Amino acid sequence: MFSGTRKSRDYRVERMRKLTPEERELIKFAKALTRDEFFERGHRACQGCGPALGMRLITKTLGKDTVVSMVTGCMEIISSYYPDTAWKIPWLHAAFEVAASVASGMEAGFKVLMRKEKLPQRDITVVAIGGDGGTADIGLQALSGALERGHKFIYICYDNEAYMNTGIQRSSLTPFHAWTTTSPAGKKSKGQPVWKKNVPEIVAAHRTPYVATCSIAFPMDFIDKLKKAKEVNGPTYLHLLAPCPLGWRHPSDITIKIARLAVETCFFPLYEIENGKYRITYFPEELLPLKEYMRLQGRFNHLTDEDIQEIEKIVREEWELLKRKAEFFK
Amino acid sequence: MPVKAIEVSFAISEAVKLADVDVVSAYPITPQTHIVERLSSIIANGELDAEFILVESEHTAMSACIGAAAVGARTFTSTSSQGLALMSEMLYIASGLRLPIVMAVANRALSAPINIWNDHSDIMAQRDCGWIQLFAENGQETFDMILQAYRIGEDKRVHLPVCVNLDGFILTHVTEPIGIPEESEVRKFLGKKFEPLLRLHPDNPITMGPVGHPDIYTEVKKAQEMALFGSKKVILEVWDEFEKIFGRKYSPIKKYLADDAEILFLMMGGIAETATIAIEELRNKGIKAGLLSLKLWRPFPFEELFSSVKNAKILIVIDRAISFGGPPGPLYSEVRSALYGKNGNLQIYGFIMGLGGRDVKVENFLEAYERTRRCSQEPGKAEIIGLRE
Repeated sequence: MFSGTRKSRDYRVERMRKLTPEERELIKFAKALTRDEFFERGHRACQGCGPALGMRLITKTLGKDTVVSMVTGCMEIISSYYPDTAWKIPWLHAAFEVAASVASGMEAGFKVLMRKEKLPQRDITVVAIGGDGGTADIGLQALSGALERGHKFIYICYDNEAYMNTGIQRSSLTPFHAWTTTSPAGKKSKGQPVWKKNVPEIVAAHRTPYVATCSIAFPMDFIDKLKKAKEVNGPTYLHLLAPCPLGWRHPSDITIKIARLAVETCFFPLYEIENGKYRITYFPEELLPLKEYMRLQGRFNHLTDEDIQEIEKIVREEWELLKRKAEFFK
Repeated sequence: MPVKAIEVSFAISEAVKLADVDVVSAYPITPQTHIVERLSSIIANGELDAEFILVESEHTAMSACIGAAAVGARTFTSTSSQGLALMSEMLYIASGLRLPIVMAVANRALSAPINIWNDHSDIMAQRDCGWIQLFAENGQETFDMILQAYRIGEDKRVHLPVCVNLDGFILTHVTEPIGIPEESEVRKFLGKKFEPLLRLHPDNPITMGPVGHPDIYTEVKKAQEMALFGSKKVILEVWDEFEKIFGRKYSPIKKYLADDAEILFLMMGGIAETATIAIEELRNKGIKAGLLSLKLWRPFPFEELFSSVKNAKILIVIDRAISFGGPPGPLYSEVRSALYGKNGNLQIYGFIMGLGGRDVKVENFLEAYERTRRCSQEPGKAEIIGLRE
């Protein structure tokens, strides 16, 4: 916090002068967010936890009139250790696979209660939050059902690419060749044997009006997409990449750097699909080699430079394909 | 009260309409389908203003009810057999979160082999899910119990989900004369709307379903157990009031010629009506037989059971489900355990009947009685009546 003295104000003015116009725009944007916190300090997340940063941005952007349906997982466990809670907005946890199902009930409940005048009219945002396992594995059916039925809600998948809460087991969103405790590297294995499932595409195939990928290293982009999702009259899906120092095996002070490198190497591109139209929301100035991203993480330690080059080839192909899709809708 | 001939499934839908339910969430499964089909048309015709969530599984049906009840909506769902088994996980969560969801279970056998017909295997597998569990034996009881379920579950002293069991096909698909009250009478009985103690709303943000570690889990479960046992007082009050308004009497154990009986049959569900004929036949032969039909399975009516069997010499318990590799049937083992040391002279026999839709006939009850006379069966072991050997 600023102390409010003349010196610190001058310092701020000085800093502002050095900013580019885009950066100033971003700061203005950030200032439009509330100072209130709805995901409070004091929760039990690890140092450098990516998803916890995500929760803070989600709640700050969506604001007070938000109700959360959350799956079992890291963010649930660390935030609701009875009798404490990190949530200053209404929040419910039921089971692992039901964030979207419970959110369906909440949305329908609010809608009918307001229609029947059993509750006063109010614009309440229902948001369902799940991890990669709760979304892409055990919760995929529930998610598909809720999308198909067209409930007005936001589904956010915080993707830390494995079952971290239970001790780093692989999920269908664990990247190709990553080490986890159930996809260990060994004489006959190079880690995760299959390519990561593309959930945003699966969601888009439901004709979901708004789908986007997001990163905790690009908060303005994320906030923008959250605000957009909030305005859509139907289901929306945000896929948030959020590194886990524990599971990805990297120091806890480089979480943001890792998340940024995932985007800069196009390993995890930022894009949105609005009413079926693709748009890339961030173009890296120069494509960084995938090695720069992977070599910072212990989960890829067992891979040779050749292995990484092979993965990079596929990543580049996918990036080209995405660019062509975006080109098509220009 | 106007009485009309109506299929029991449709009568359930009428009860849901009269209860002014806000959210219905259900997935089709035989023999529950007529209930949700009729509800769909009731909602489509604007007779009931409700959201019908057409879910992709029973698991989601219950999860959506949980979400809706948590924001304060009055909810209804219905299922059978495999559907109830799939819901199992969420049943425990609904009661743990203390949400007064109401569910009609059209009781049906469990696979394998797949079988769409009636027995009680489905609900017995969910016996310990923490719900209030009622058993109806005819259409009128089913209709009444749906209305009662909302009043009981939503009582601030209870706040628990309620399931009303009715025999699949045998009850769901039968047309009966059923008294259906006026909306105003139902309003009087149920109150204007469901006002939960707590709901998810920005005005008063609460955290529902937090982590309960070993330091608190036991206390939470004890509180839940106390609430379920405590609900009996409320159930009895509600039944009293129901009788005053609608004129029909309900009690945890419905008796037929039981007061002076030496030989008592005890069972749940629709077969109790068939059993009354067997009781009459035995009475005609000078045998002092009587019938106990258990309406309240959870909370278990211990006191009523003790007083009902006080003067009996033989108690014949009929189960509609097998407890594989354990004590014979769930009803039998619970009754026997409840009565242990209560009436030293009472011999308790268990029989299993009507699995997977096998007809339960009057002579099956007579055979059960004969077997106890011949002492061809040891107490503590259950035999299946009607088995082709």
